[in-house]
Amino acid sequence: MAWLVLGDGKAFEGEAFGGWLEKEDEVRGEVVFNTSMCGYQEMITDLSYAGQILTFTHPQIGNYGWHQEESEASKVLLRGLIVRELSEGEGSLHADRSLEDFCKKQGIPGLKGVDTRALTRYIRKNGTMPGVIVDQLQNGTDFWRQYTPEEIQPDLHWVYQATVPEEFEIPGSGPVIAVLDLGAKRNILRCLQRRGYRLHVFPAGTSAEEILDIKPRGLVLSNGPGDPSGLPEIAENMEKLISRIPILGICMGHQIMAMAAGGTTYKLPFGHRGGNHPVQNKETGKVTMTSQNHGYAVSESSLKGTGLQVLYSNLNDGTVEGMKHEKYPVLTVQYHPEAAPGPEENGELFDTFAQMLGE
Amino acid sequence: MPKQNWQKVMVIGSGPIVIGQAAEFDYAGTQACRALREEGVETVLVNSNPATIMTDREVADKVYIEPLTVEFLERIIEKERPDGLLPTMGGQTGLNLAFQLSKAGILQRCGVTLLGTPLESISQAEDREHFRNLMRQIGEPIPASAIVSEVEEALRFAEEIGYPVIVRPAFTLGGTGGGIAQDAENLETIASSGIKASMIGQVLIERSVAGWKEVEYEVLRDSSGNSITVCHMENMDPVGVHTGDSIVVAPCQTLTDREVQTLRTAALRIVAALGIEGGCNVQFALHPEKLEYVVIEVNPRLSRSSALASKATGYPIAKVAAKIAIGYTMDELINAVTGKTSACFEPALDYVVVKIPRWPFDKFSDADRTIGTQMKATGEVMGLGRNLETALLKAVRSLETKFFGLFSEEMRKLTDEELEAKCRKPEDNLLFVMAEAFRRGWSVEKLTAINQWNPYFLKKIQTTVQYEEIIRNNPWNAKILQKAKRIGYSDKETARLWGTHEERIYEFREEHQIKPVFKMVDTCAGEFEATTPYFYSSYDQEDEGIVTNRRKVVVLGSGPIRIGQGIEFDYCSVHAVKALRKAGVESIIINSNPETVSTDFDTADRLYFEPLTIEDVTAVLDKEKPEGVVVQFGGQTAIGLCKRLAARGYHIMGTTVEDTDRAEERGIFDDVLQELGAKRPKGGCISSMEEAEKLAGEIGFPLIVRPSYVLGGRAMQIVYEQQELKNVFAKALLEFPGQQIWMDQYLLGKEVEVDAISDGETVCIPGIMEHLERAGIHSGDSIAVYPPQMISSEIQDTVTDLTVSIARSLNIKGLLNIQYVVYKNEVYVLEVNPRSSRTVPFLSKVTGVAIVELATRVILGETLQSMGIESGLWPVGDKVAVKAPVFSFSKLLLVEPSLGPEMKSTGEVMGIDRKYEKALYKALLAAGMHMSANGTLLATLADRDKEEGIKLVQRFYHLGFRIIATEGTAKAIYEAGVEVTTVGKLHTGSDEITEKIRKGQVQCVLNTTTHGRKIASDGFAIRRAAVEQGIPCFTSMDTAEAWLQVLEVNSPSLIPLS
Repeated sequence: MAWLVLGDGKAFEGEAFGGWLEKEDEVRGEVVFNTSMCGYQEMITDLSYAGQILTFTHPQIGNYGWHQEESEASKVLLRGLIVRELSEGEGSLHADRSLEDFCKKQGIPGLKGVDTRALTRYIRKNGTMPGVIVDQLQNGTDFWRQYTPEEIQPDLHWVYQATVPEEFEIPGSGPVIAVLDLGAKRNILRCLQRRGYRLHVFPAGTSAEEILDIKPRGLVLSNGPGDPSGLPEIAENMEKLISRIPILGICMGHQIMAMAAGGTTYKLPFGHRGGNHPVQNKETGKVTMTSQNHGYAVSESSLKGTGLQVLYSNLNDGTVEGMKHEKYPVLTVQYHPEAAPGPEENGELFDTFAQMLGE
Repeated sequence: MPKQNWQKVMVIGSGPIVIGQAAEFDYAGTQACRALREEGVETVLVNSNPATIMTDREVADKVYIEPLTVEFLERIIEKERPDGLLPTMGGQTGLNLAFQLSKAGILQRCGVTLLGTPLESISQAEDREHFRNLMRQIGEPIPASAIVSEVEEALRFAEEIGYPVIVRPAFTLGGTGGGIAQDAENLETIASSGIKASMIGQVLIERSVAGWKEVEYEVLRDSSGNSITVCHMENMDPVGVHTGDSIVVAPCQTLTDREVQTLRTAALRIVAALGIEGGCNVQFALHPEKLEYVVIEVNPRLSRSSALASKATGYPIAKVAAKIAIGYTMDELINAVTGKTSACFEPALDYVVVKIPRWPFDKFSDADRTIGTQMKATGEVMGLGRNLETALLKAVRSLETKFFGLFSEEMRKLTDEELEAKCRKPEDNLLFVMAEAFRRGWSVEKLTAINQWNPYFLKKIQTTVQYEEIIRNNPWNAKILQKAKRIGYSDKETARLWGTHEERIYEFREEHQIKPVFKMVDTCAGEFEATTPYFYSSYDQEDEGIVTNRRKVVVLGSGPIRIGQGIEFDYCSVHAVKALRKAGVESIIINSNPETVSTDFDTADRLYFEPLTIEDVTAVLDKEKPEGVVVQFGGQTAIGLCKRLAARGYHIMGTTVEDTDRAEERGIFDDVLQELGAKRPKGGCISSMEEAEKLAGEIGFPLIVRPSYVLGGRAMQIVYEQQELKNVFAKALLEFPGQQIWMDQYLLGKEVEVDAISDGETVCIPGIMEHLERAGIHSGDSIAVYPPQMISSEIQDTVTDLTVSIARSLNIKGLLNIQYVVYKNEVYVLEVNPRSSRTVPFLSKVTGVAIVELATRVILGETLQSMGIESGLWPVGDKVAVKAPVFSFSKLLLVEPSLGPEMKSTGEVMGIDRKYEKALYKALLAAGMHMSANGTLLATLADRDKEEGIKLVQRFYHLGFRIIATEGTAKAIYEAGVEVTTVGKLHTGSDEITEKIRKGQVQCVLNTTTHGRKIASDGFAIRRAAVEQGIPCFTSMDTAEAWLQVLEVNSPSLIPLS
């Protein structure tokens, strides 16, 4: 038996799997849930989950095993997994290993047999909160005697762990595109590569000048983990670029661009994580299904006077899903046009970006 | 918003229930009509099937129960002048009619706009060549194929691409006539029947992708191009089995995200290229080892799969499709489940859904049970669980085929060789075969190699089976039981392994508080708050069901659609729920059938999607603690549970368990009748051959033999002589070991049936129905007429009086159905069913009496008198209605089509008019009989039928038929002065007869069952050939006579002057 104990003391029972028992400390992190019905591998390797304990609402996880080439990053930054039932991965005849093997090898702790629906409903009602995974219920209770949930806030600077250590290039025949890696999913790079660009990938702390130095045709700001409001220095860098080059911001990249233009972000009660969020283009009225993974959102009212306009909004709760600039070629989306996991129908956004580049 | 304000819209239903087209279209049409009315659109509904909710007066503004033919639809359109027509709710029948109406210029002439997906899109999806061209244009892969209309062409093409090949006829229901051909000989047979089955005489010959994964997407698209996939589903059996006969799991379980998204993108592209506005189903085959796929099929309409997707996700597909049809875009619609989020989204499931087809082989034990490209299931069940095993086992229990787990004694007896053969060439029992294989220690790899099932699914079955040992070795271990419950083991299966009775397991669970919780189906995996009252059970931590303190009643549904227990009982359940709601009582329904209106989440106040077993029902009752349970509307399924529910302390509302027993247990019931002085055919209960012979000696032949307590006359048989009695009896003892068998005198009289509502004092009889065929043919397979045309008012009075006194004496509270036979002007009681019957919807519709509502009010405690209703027969109106059965023989190879005491029909239609002959005409036409007075009649008559039969033959002759007959019959016909051609009998080595039928040289067959084996097989071949050719085949002279009667009124006869 093992337990997930939430910051308010609520406990969920399960059984341990993966690589956590070798660790000395308890496993702590912000507990979030994703409602996608497949794509666990892409989620686990999505660096935006850094520091979080990820709950899958789909009850059977691991069915088709682990496919090396389908990871979104070469490292894993999430803290733990919570599933209702873990499968051995017989479903795919060409899997490299099972999910459980991967977790063991990578030291990713997991809890299975949990009533994940109960947990999800609890988070929905009470908001995202930190939790610890422990092998004794008592340890969890003790933990929350020692700390308040406020003290176990998500790290503001996960981005610097998620980003690449140093800049690098991916060759291509087309124009040079700079990518500011805040914890980028590989598929963003693949989507750009597929369009022939030469990619120059920069670490998160790169200055505006360094980026401009390579004379990129455009800039892509990637997704990344954590609270964007903790990264004013990146926003300041980007502010300098708004009027200089075409920019595409994705997820955290979108939030950073809002901040760069003078807007603000706020924390959603329990985030958007899944593959079925309807987003409407306010100009065309067209609705698409999107892949999402974010706990923060851009405040619509804060955009007044920033030059940014809301271009996309969430059909369920009306939150800002994307923006464009009145004067400059700046386009941002809160969702993931690169999919992986999730619906692929927003890949066209990269074509829009190409148009912004004047192609 | 709709660009045009539609005033009046016509919706076409799908007609009778046949294999390939079942209750799912009642659900779709009903939801569509409601959605249209919500928008203030006047609706006109046309369907020939009275046993549907959609044909209720409250569902549509104008309801026409008329034959679904172009002629009738044209007249309705002329009269009603709708401005729109919605054809995509009525299955393939609805689409085909829309095509014909359009082609005939009727829509244009009457100014009717086709709503939803444009006709061009539909024909592009349905016409193979157009579809293939479109796929090539947009770059979607399709298997190499060719369209042929000649068998030789088929052979040539197959030679080119190599065997095996798949044969798919164009424009048919449920893949009629299709199949996989392994070689040329095979292909010749399949292609020729396929060409015949196709409306346009074409079949597709296609590269076989058998063994690939089969995946389906349900897509909705609106006029502005917004598209969503409501659900993706994976067939557990690989390509090669018709999706209607496949075990299906939702969402896909073995596909990576990349695979799921690749296919999703393809589905959206296809639907966009077609220009779909509404629902569409896209089927793919996916290579099991690499990312390669082909598009197999597209259905540009609501389908069986969309009903399943709708129930599996909670997303109201038909409703949204109807709104799209009148011009809404999805972003303008709200998700009815959450009440606040958008309808333009894709449901997320946090449970697993398994659908298993319900096959009719429990009734047709001689049928070809193999499962392939020809659909054979009559219905289906769905199980929901938090893992695949639980969902699968729930679905298995829901089939109501006496399986409570994966163990089958029959499979245990097979040799390894037989087992392997059955794995390779699947039959309906494949699950149990594979379970047995795992029990013998076969590996997942071995089975995958044999039948290409995905190892993931096999592993799930293996794990489940392997747990049997653990359970067995740990008797009365609460921890193990808890774990077994999470895998989905039933109490009954656990009891088998622990060598005890199910009740002990129940008590043990009570003692250890091992109970399921209930989870909500909310379309969003818990992400948003939902208020849907749709639940399933799970052995989990949190129970999220809401339980109120209001007065509430549980109604048990009737489970899967099967022969003998069809959609009629769903109709009754839905009306019971409505009546409860009307009375201000909270209604709760339990059912396991995804095709029905009763399992729509807004039908009852709360829906529990659960198997109808004592264990699963008890769990719901235990949670809800209702005032009582209503069992009389759910057919034998619900009635079968009432004793045990009562024993567990639940209140059975309406007629008590004791009184139900008095009616159903023959011995007790005989005493009741004796007390009332009512007659019944002589008979008795026997349990050995000696007793049978003795009894036969007392009452004389012919006899009717039946096991007690069975559905739809299962295993009932008429016996004419000693030797036959021996055979039948031996078989019955084998099939129903230890059961009592009843044997009665067979009275060759007129059958009469009544439905009545009783409060124990007042007994209201809405109507008496007369059966056209004489006794001996199951009432469900007889043509029924209301009001009676041939029965004297004295007899009707006797029937009325008897019904009143039987209902009173049995203390019936609610509904009852009694079948009588009138023999030599005397009324005999055949059977009493203390519950709703198959004829309730028919009678409700023609008399206008809200039968189920009145019965429900009685059950709730009101008296009929207080409603102003008196005992006796309801006054007859000015209309005559005829109910005719519809069969699906052409889809069930090797099934004997001749009618008898065992029910064989899958559905029914109604013809209604002011005159009997007209009503009869409509009913026969609606039942799909060719009503043409030309051609050739083939007559083969049993000796005892010759005298009567010859008279019929003469009438055929006078109408203008040419007559051909087998030797003896021909001789008798000739002697009666009718021109006749003799054809050789089959057992003499000639296949002239069947060849003539197959070549289309015979238009009508009159064949009365003959007894004795050789001749029987002759008759069998003739009858099979006739049903496969789709020509009328009369095995009862009464049916033939009805048909003649209609034609004689409608067609001028051809009699030369000299």
